[in-house]
Amino acid sequence: MTKTDQVVAGSAVEEVEVRGHIIDSLLLPKILDRVLQMGGQFEIKKCEIGTRRVDPSHAVIAIRASSPERLREIIGDLLQHGAVPVHTEDARTVAADLPGCFPDGFYSTTNERTEVRIAGRWVEVADQEMDCGIVVDPAAGTARCVAMADVEVGMPIVVGYAGVRVMPSQRARGETVFGFMSSEVSSEKPKAIRQAAVADAIRETREAGKKVLLVGGPAIVHTGSAGHVARLIREGWIHVLFAGNALATHDIEQALYGTSLGVSLSRGEPIEHGHEHHLRAINTIRRLGGIKAAVERGVLRSGIMYECIRHGVEVVLAGSVRDDGPLPEVISDMLAAQAAMRRAIRGVGFALCIATTLHSIATGNLLPAWVKMACVDINPATITKLNDRGSFQTIGIVTDVEPFLRELAEDLCGS
Amino acid sequence: MDRTTPRILMCPPDYYGIEYEINPWMKRAVGADHGRAQQQWALLRRTLEDLGARIECLEPVRGLPDLVFTANAGLIYGSSVVLSRFRHSVRRREEPRFAAWFDAHGFERIELPAEMYFEGAGDALFCGETLFAGYRFRSDVRSHQWIGERLGLHVLPLELVDPRFYHLDTCFCPLTEELAIYYPGAFDDYGRAVLKAHVPRLIEVSGDEAASFSCNAVVVGRSVVLHQGAPKLTAALRANGFRTHELCLTEFIKSGGSAKCLTLRLDGEEAAAWRRLAWASAGP
Repeated sequence: MTKTDQVVAGSAVEEVEVRGHIIDSLLLPKILDRVLQMGGQFEIKKCEIGTRRVDPSHAVIAIRASSPERLREIIGDLLQHGAVPVHTEDARTVAADLPGCFPDGFYSTTNERTEVRIAGRWVEVADQEMDCGIVVDPAAGTARCVAMADVEVGMPIVVGYAGVRVMPSQRARGETVFGFMSSEVSSEKPKAIRQAAVADAIRETREAGKKVLLVGGPAIVHTGSAGHVARLIREGWIHVLFAGNALATHDIEQALYGTSLGVSLSRGEPIEHGHEHHLRAINTIRRLGGIKAAVERGVLRSGIMYECIRHGVEVVLAGSVRDDGPLPEVISDMLAAQAAMRRAIRGVGFALCIATTLHSIATGNLLPAWVKMACVDINPATITKLNDRGSFQTIGIVTDVEPFLRELAEDLCGS
Repeated sequence: MDRTTPRILMCPPDYYGIEYEINPWMKRAVGADHGRAQQQWALLRRTLEDLGARIECLEPVRGLPDLVFTANAGLIYGSSVVLSRFRHSVRRREEPRFAAWFDAHGFERIELPAEMYFEGAGDALFCGETLFAGYRFRSDVRSHQWIGERLGLHVLPLELVDPRFYHLDTCFCPLTEELAIYYPGAFDDYGRAVLKAHVPRLIEVSGDEAASFSCNAVVVGRSVVLHQGAPKLTAALRANGFRTHELCLTEFIKSGGSAKCLTLRLDGEEAAAWRRLAWASAGP
């Protein structure tokens, strides 16, 4: 758990609103001063200032305290000065009437930390994920995100917006590259700083006991970077791998034939009949019953997949409609693949997405907003797409992946 | 009677007494002298009439000892009145009496939403175009915010921090649209800053004179009627061109009220800009 997470998890938050001539009467500064005097913190979520003298102003303020008791004291005091809690209702639920469907009017989640009010208590929603619903367990007083396909008849699903609140992201502005997430994407950025920030994030994640996720595309192998990634895995910097059939196939092709897409990785030239290598590699693995079996039988002896098997890295290979083979470990049922990824992201503290668009977006969709992501791609559109789909916690590095991975491996593993 | 005749609502102290304790001044054991209270009230009435005011009388009611404090009936704004909703249940019984009087006299009644407390002109005083409003002990700040939005007024709530000055009219008294007296110790830094920023001229009242309810004054034209024993304040008032009329109101001070608490200006306070504007729009 990172320091930021601890602050959030151990604290209590309530939003209050205050209206009237709160600027002229100094009520707003007074309220904010009192929050600080009583040991709380505040964040002004909204402040609309009246334009004419008689127009009232309106502010919504999130008050944060170290404990629910402290928060109650502060809110009780602020009530005297006209600040009233925004939420006074429990979340409303409706039992799901059809499998795989939400009830009408369901609450659609974001990737931000969310809380629902159950029997007067604010409860953090578990498994936070965007584009889901929220299922409540009233007896246990818990709530979690649930994907549409996983809805079962009778599940109490939150409907409407009452009793649901999205918590402010705690962003340490300006302190690090990740501290100020910027959606600006350009190839003309100082890459060394961003590469160093990625290395630092990976170190911090491992130190915090969280997992580092690598989401990779086949260009890792095509560009001759498989060795860098294998080294990162070998030295314990990568704990989960999301990829498709292609990364695994070309990695195995390289291990078995020394080529990627038929191109010799040592000479950089196409090999005669090289175009057959990837299919022969797939066939070899299929005949052995899978990648793991190939490693155990001593057939597969190097590369990314080999290191994953050897070092217990959790691998989810999600297939696609254009796949050859595919390799036996590739999950071709998309919902099953999504579910496997959803299970594997638990405990992930940092995601490094390299040279893959669809798998990066899929991962961005699954991760809560407080898990940092770095997206490395030669194509700026990949990073833009991630940001545009709400994964705003992403920093983008537009670059060729080979020099990036080489430097990252040297940074983390030593030259 | 022309439109410029000051009209003031009062209630004879026939049933006045100290029957409960809802502020630091009230001591049932001390009680109030009925005869003296009658004389003091009568003198106040006569003084105001002599200053040209027309006194309207609310019929006193047995069992409602504080009905004499008509300032707490509501807030007058033009032909409307925002009815009070008292903090203490013992005074809530006065509300229907005040409401009936306003109904009978052609005022449009405005009622606050439930769960809000507001004690009328005791806690809401116009100075110029701004309504200054006291909160904490009796009125709550949400009622002020509500009134501001309902009437389209610029309302500045001020926190009262000394329980002896539990209503705004015990520590603040606008004299004109640009001049007011106040006791700084009844407010916190924010309140003092707000008053200084929004009232062009302020006369400070000392702690000892404020404790004798000298801020609880009635203003009629350029005359100020107040409880006796505030020589510094009366000198300052005279220096600012006001005549002062010092009365003995000790029996009412025992309940935490003085001249102002015993009156409700029905045609708008002297310092309320809306009163002047109403005349101007009414024409000659």
